Amino acid sequence: MTAQMTAPPETPAKPRRELVASVLQRQGAAIALVVVVAVAWLAFPRFGSPDNLRDLALQSSFLAVIALGMTFVIITGGIDLSVGSLYALGGVLAAYGSQWGFLAALLLPLLVCGAIGLVNGLLVARTGMAPFIVTLASLLFARGLLLAITDEGSTTYQIAPGSAFLELGRGTVFGFGYPVFIAAALCLLGGLVLRRTRFGQSVFATGGAEQSALLMGVPVARTKIAVYTLSGVLSGFAGALTASYLQSGVTVIGVGTELDAISVVVIGGTLLTGGAGTVLGTVMGVGLRNVIQNIINQIGTLDSNYQSVVSGAFLLVVVVLQRSLVRRR
Amino acid sequence: MDPVLEVVDATKEFGGVRALDGVSFALRPGEVHALVGENGAGKSTLIKVLTGVHRPDSGQLRHRGEPVVFTRPAQAQQAGISTIYQEVNLIPLMSVAGNLFLGREPRNRWGLVDRARMNEMAERVLAGYGIREDVRRPLGTLAVGAQQMVALARAVATDAHVVIMDEPTSSLEPREVETLFGVIEELHRRDIAIVYVSHRMDELYRICDRVTVLRDGKHVHTGPLAELPRIELVSMMLGREVGDIRAHGTTGFGEDHHAGREPVLRAEHLASGQRLRDVSLTVRPGEVVGLAGLLGSGRSETARAIVGALPLDSGTVLLGGKSLPRGDVAAAVRSGVALLAEDRKAEGIVPNLSVRENIVLAALPRLSRFGVVSRARQDRVVETFMRRLRIKASSPDQKVAELSGGNQQKVLLARWLCTEPKVLLLDEPTRGIDVGAKAEVQALVDELAKEGLAVLLISSEMEELVDGADRLVVLKDGAVVDELVGEQVTEGNVLAAIASGGERR
Repeated sequence: MTAQMTAPPETPAKPRRELVASVLQRQGAAIALVVVVAVAWLAFPRFGSPDNLRDLALQSSFLAVIALGMTFVIITGGIDLSVGSLYALGGVLAAYGSQWGFLAALLLPLLVCGAIGLVNGLLVARTGMAPFIVTLASLLFARGLLLAITDEGSTTYQIAPGSAFLELGRGTVFGFGYPVFIAAALCLLGGLVLRRTRFGQSVFATGGAEQSALLMGVPVARTKIAVYTLSGVLSGFAGALTASYLQSGVTVIGVGTELDAISVVVIGGTLLTGGAGTVLGTVMGVGLRNVIQNIINQIGTLDSNYQSVVSGAFLLVVVVLQRSLVRRR
Repeated sequence: MDPVLEVVDATKEFGGVRALDGVSFALRPGEVHALVGENGAGKSTLIKVLTGVHRPDSGQLRHRGEPVVFTRPAQAQQAGISTIYQEVNLIPLMSVAGNLFLGREPRNRWGLVDRARMNEMAERVLAGYGIREDVRRPLGTLAVGAQQMVALARAVATDAHVVIMDEPTSSLEPREVETLFGVIEELHRRDIAIVYVSHRMDELYRICDRVTVLRDGKHVHTGPLAELPRIELVSMMLGREVGDIRAHGTTGFGEDHHAGREPVLRAEHLASGQRLRDVSLTVRPGEVVGLAGLLGSGRSETARAIVGALPLDSGTVLLGGKSLPRGDVAAAVRSGVALLAEDRKAEGIVPNLSVRENIVLAALPRLSRFGVVSRARQDRVVETFMRRLRIKASSPDQKVAELSGGNQQKVLLARWLCTEPKVLLLDEPTRGIDVGAKAEVQALVDELAKEGLAVLLISSEMEELVDGADRLVVLKDGAVVDELVGEQVTEGNVLAAIASGGERR
C-alpha cells in the first residue's frame, strides 16, 4: 500500500516494440508504397513514364471510390460484401440509362445501388443481423439482377458514341483522366467528413464500442444505415465511371472486387474490428495494390496472379499486427 | 423541497422474475442520495429505469414534478440526467477529448469539428479533475481510474442536474477517490443531485445525506444516513434482525474441532488491484470454512484467485504445503482444487449434453486410455454419483437442460467430485434452486466434509453460512476483517464484523 503514496504515477513509456507495431499498422501501407515506388522507378525505366503513371492513377481511381465507402463501413465494425456486385450493376445501369442522357446515366446507378445499400443498412441496424450475411445476400441479389437485365450477360449495353456521359470517364486534364480527379475529390471530402464532422465521430464511436456509444447518446442505428447507403452509392458511382470509361456496361467486372476493397482498406490501417482508420490509409492501400500489379506487369515474365500472392501476404502481416495491437488494448 | 427526479410505485419484471416490486424513490435537488442493497435487490434495474434504458411495466417516472417517459438513454441525457457506470462506458480507441465531447463537439463556422478548440477545452476541463494527460491520446491508453474521471467529467459537463454514479470508486486508487469526492462536493454546491451506489460503508457515511435501501426488488427504508447506525443499515440490506447483536460480543472462546489437523489449503495475502487487497485463509481437511461479507467484498474474487482464474498482484496459494503456480487453472485442478462457480449457466453446465456427458466432462482424461473413452468405466462413475448425490433424472442420457436447478447443481458437483478433489470451493451453491433441493445440497456439503474434503463455502445467505460452516472468515472491501470459530459463528457476530470493519481485530 505504500507504493500508492509515492509521487503521482508517470504514464509508462510505451515499449518500443509496441510503438513499432503501431506505426507499422497505421503507416505500413505508406511506407511500403514509398519503398515499392522507389524500387520500381529505379528498376523499370518505363515505370516512371507519364503514360504509365497516368494509367496507374486511372486504374486506381475506380477501386479508390469503392474502398472509400468500405472504409466507413469497416470503421463502424461492419463489412460490405455487396460492393463488387453493385459496382458491376452500376456500370450496366449507367450504360442502360445513357440512352436517356447524361443525368439518367448518372442517377440510375446511384439510386438503385444506393437503395440496395439502404436495405443493407436497415437490416444490419434494425434487425441486428450480421453484416456478413446481409451483404452476402445482396451480393447474390445484385449479381442476379444484373444477369437478369442483361439476359445472363449476353446483352451488353453500349454507350452511344458522342454521348455526353462518355466525357465523365474519358475526359482528361493534363493527360490525367477525370476519374482520377473525381476520386481524389471524393476521398478528400470523405476524409473531411470522417475526421471533422459529428457524423464521422459517430462512425468511430459506433465501431469502437457500440454499447458505450448507445449509452453516450450516439445515434448508432442511423450511423449504420448511413454508411451502408454511402457504400452502395459509391459502388454504383464507381460502376458508372467504369462504364463511361469502357463505353459500355461490362457484366463480368466486379467479381471479387469486394475482397480487393476490404484488403486495401485493412492494409491501409483501418482496424477490421472497427473504431479506427483513415481515408488516406485506404488511398495508400489502393496505390500499393496497383503499383505491385504494375510492377508484375512490367516484369512481364511473372504471372499476373502473383499480384494476389503479394497482396495476400501483405494483408496477413497487417492483420497480425492489428491483432497484437488490439489485444494489448 | 420537491423532488427533482422521482419514481412512484415502479414494477419491472424480467421473464417472470420481479426485479422491481412497487418501488418508490425520490431524489431531492442538491442531495447526495445513497442507494444500497445486496445482489438482486434491484439497484441496477432502478438505475436503468431512471436513465431510460428500461421502461417500468407499471408505475411512473417524474422529472421536476412532470410525468415523463424516457425511451432511450439519449432522452434522459437531454433532460439533464447523466450516468457513470461501474465499467467505464466510453470508446477506448477514440481520443480522450473526442470521448469527452462526443455528440457535442465544438464546431467552426463551416460546421466542422474544431479539433484545436476541442482539445484545448478538454485539457482545461480535465485539469479540474486532476487529469493532465495528452487529450489527443486514445482513451484506452489511460489508466482505468483516469478513464473513470473522464467519464465523470463527461457526465457532469453536459448540463446535468442529476448525476447517477454506479459504484464509481470500484476501480479507483485512494488518491483518485479523494478527487472524486472533491468533485462530488463541488456538484453539491452547484445544487446538482447525486444518486450514489456503493458497498463501501465508509464512503457512504462520508459523503451521502440520505440513504435508500432495497432488498429483493422491494423498498425497505429511506432516511437520513448520519442518524442510522451502521449495524442497522447492514442488517436492513441483509434482511436480518439486529436483535441483541451487541450483547453477543466475542468473549466466548470458540472450540475448533479441526484445530489439530494441518490445513490442506492455505492462501496467503492474496491481492489483486482494488478488488482483493489482503486475504489470507486456511481450510483443513473435513472442515467447512464460510466466506462472509457484503456484495463486492471480494468473496467470489477470493475463490477465483485460489484456482488461478483471477490475476494476482501478490500472494500465494499453497495446497498440501506446495505452492500452486499463479494464474494456471489447469494446474490447480490437477492438484485437486475444484471451483463450483456462481453462475452455473455461464460457467459450468452444458445444457444440451446429457447428464452422463456433463458429469464425466472434467474427468475424461482419467477415464480414457490413448484418447479412447471407456464407456463401461464412464457408466460406473456416473451411476455411483447419481446415486450418491441423489440426482433425479429419468436416465443418465437425459439432457441436463431438462433438470431442475437443484439437480443441475448436483450434476456440476458430481462433475467436480469425480475428479477426486482435495479442496472444494462452492460459490453460492444454492442460489436459484428451490427450498427442498437447497436443504439436500447443504446436507451433501456436510457429508462430503465429514468424509475428509476441505470445503470453502461462499453464500449471501447468512443462515446458510452460520448453519453450514465450522469457521467463518469475514471479508470487507477485499480484506479479511474477522474470523469466527465455533460458537462465535452467529449472525449477530457476522453483522457486527461487517458493520464495524476491522476495529475488532
